[in-house]
Amino acid sequence: MSHPLPDAEFLLAELIKQLTPIAHESMAMVGIHTGGVWIAQRIHQALGLKIPLGVLDISFYRDDYSKIGLHPQVKPSALPFEVENSQIILVDDVLYTGRTIRAAVNEIFDYGRPASIHLAVLVDRGERELPIAAQYVGAVLSLPANNMLELKQQLDGKLSLGLLDIKLAAE
Amino acid sequence: MNHQLQLSKNGELLHLLTIEGLPTAILTQILDTAESFTGVTEREIKKIPLLRGKSIFNLFFEPSTRTRTTFEIAAKRLSADVLNLNIAVSAQSKGEALLDTVNNLSAMHADMFVVRHSQSGAAHMIASHVKPEIHVINAGDGRHAHPTQALLDMFTIRRYKHDFHNLRVAIVGDILHSRVARSQIHALSTLGVPEIRVIAPKTLLPNKVERLGVHVYHDMEKGLCDVDVVIMLRLQNERMLGANLPSNEEYFKYYGLTPEKLAKAKPDAIVMHPGPMNRGVEIDSVVADGKQSVILPQVTFGIAVRMAVMSILAGN
Repeated sequence: MSHPLPDAEFLLAELIKQLTPIAHESMAMVGIHTGGVWIAQRIHQALGLKIPLGVLDISFYRDDYSKIGLHPQVKPSALPFEVENSQIILVDDVLYTGRTIRAAVNEIFDYGRPASIHLAVLVDRGERELPIAAQYVGAVLSLPANNMLELKQQLDGKLSLGLLDIKLAAE
Repeated sequence: MNHQLQLSKNGELLHLLTIEGLPTAILTQILDTAESFTGVTEREIKKIPLLRGKSIFNLFFEPSTRTRTTFEIAAKRLSADVLNLNIAVSAQSKGEALLDTVNNLSAMHADMFVVRHSQSGAAHMIASHVKPEIHVINAGDGRHAHPTQALLDMFTIRRYKHDFHNLRVAIVGDILHSRVARSQIHALSTLGVPEIRVIAPKTLLPNKVERLGVHVYHDMEKGLCDVDVVIMLRLQNERMLGANLPSNEEYFKYYGLTPEKLAKAKPDAIVMHPGPMNRGVEIDSVVADGKQSVILPQVTFGIAVRMAVMSILAGN
């Protein structure tokens, strides 16, 4: 592995630093399964947000369903607040093609019409295929296309980043 | 019947024809996926775009309101286009053969068939006939199988009892004519229920039913003793033809679920029924509408379970 990866905990602290000045009473937060939920939980706690955290599994909204079928472990989505007119910070671990975010935004709109959605990600690795941008970013990284950037959570809750060679993993 | 028809070489579900022979992992996958779908109903927009652009044909060669409706709602919540064909009153009465009907609908680019038929094996026959990209769901065939009903029953049991591995389940009534009972027994044993009882008069039990791994009781009070789940079956009057029973009143006396008989089960036992109920024949209204009854939740869960089956099949 020729790419030294940044420390996920450091990036998380960076993200919290960016979000602290804009945190307010009516800020809602939604994490995308699975890595996005881990990060959202930590940010939600650090900012002391009052509105309970929402979680999304975007499997039912993916655009590659007809190619790869349904993900075998779909988790329930739950937005435990009134989405209509809410101000949402959407949180994910890695922003890449933008397709996951497209699916998440579509799913949120099936719960109601939010006043705004802003995006916070731990890592932006570029290579977008859709016109989507994050407002809050822990770090921008450039990585080879055959590598998957994966967020891991240790037993003590500590987060770390790892690279997975997609070709090797498939074999 | 070739049960392997429903699985691909890689073990993916292509058709849902029967529970028999399906691995535990697939049953669990369906139940877990259904769990995620239960939330869709509580949203502002009760629809997800998963099956947008797919055409699902409900082929009902035998009347059914509840099953057809829940399949229709499930398909619509997934954004599929649904066509209901009650074939008893359409081309079949003009003498069109089953496979001709299927060929015609396939020519209209159907993606999935949901089939209910009075002949055992009808869904199998269609599944072995259609092109590989078309999926078939058995919504009840003769006395053979009714897999989605069994799955929604398993979903209900898991919701209320959480774990299958320490349960005692009693199925009561017309086991002989019941495709539901057969599918339930396969599902319960695949999911690891250690004790399955069937309670019925001899005339309503299939020969050698013990081979399915069930314990047979003819006395309902003994059979219900300490069970966690009571599944009542409908007395299938339309399938009796000549009847093996003296009368409905006589049946109710011995095999109708009354509060007194239910008291033999565990105090937190749940009561299930696949519907439609014959009140006062196999079940007392007091029990059907009582605290332990989960008969209406079963109907609600049926939608999520059918959404799960459809979305898994259409993706494979």
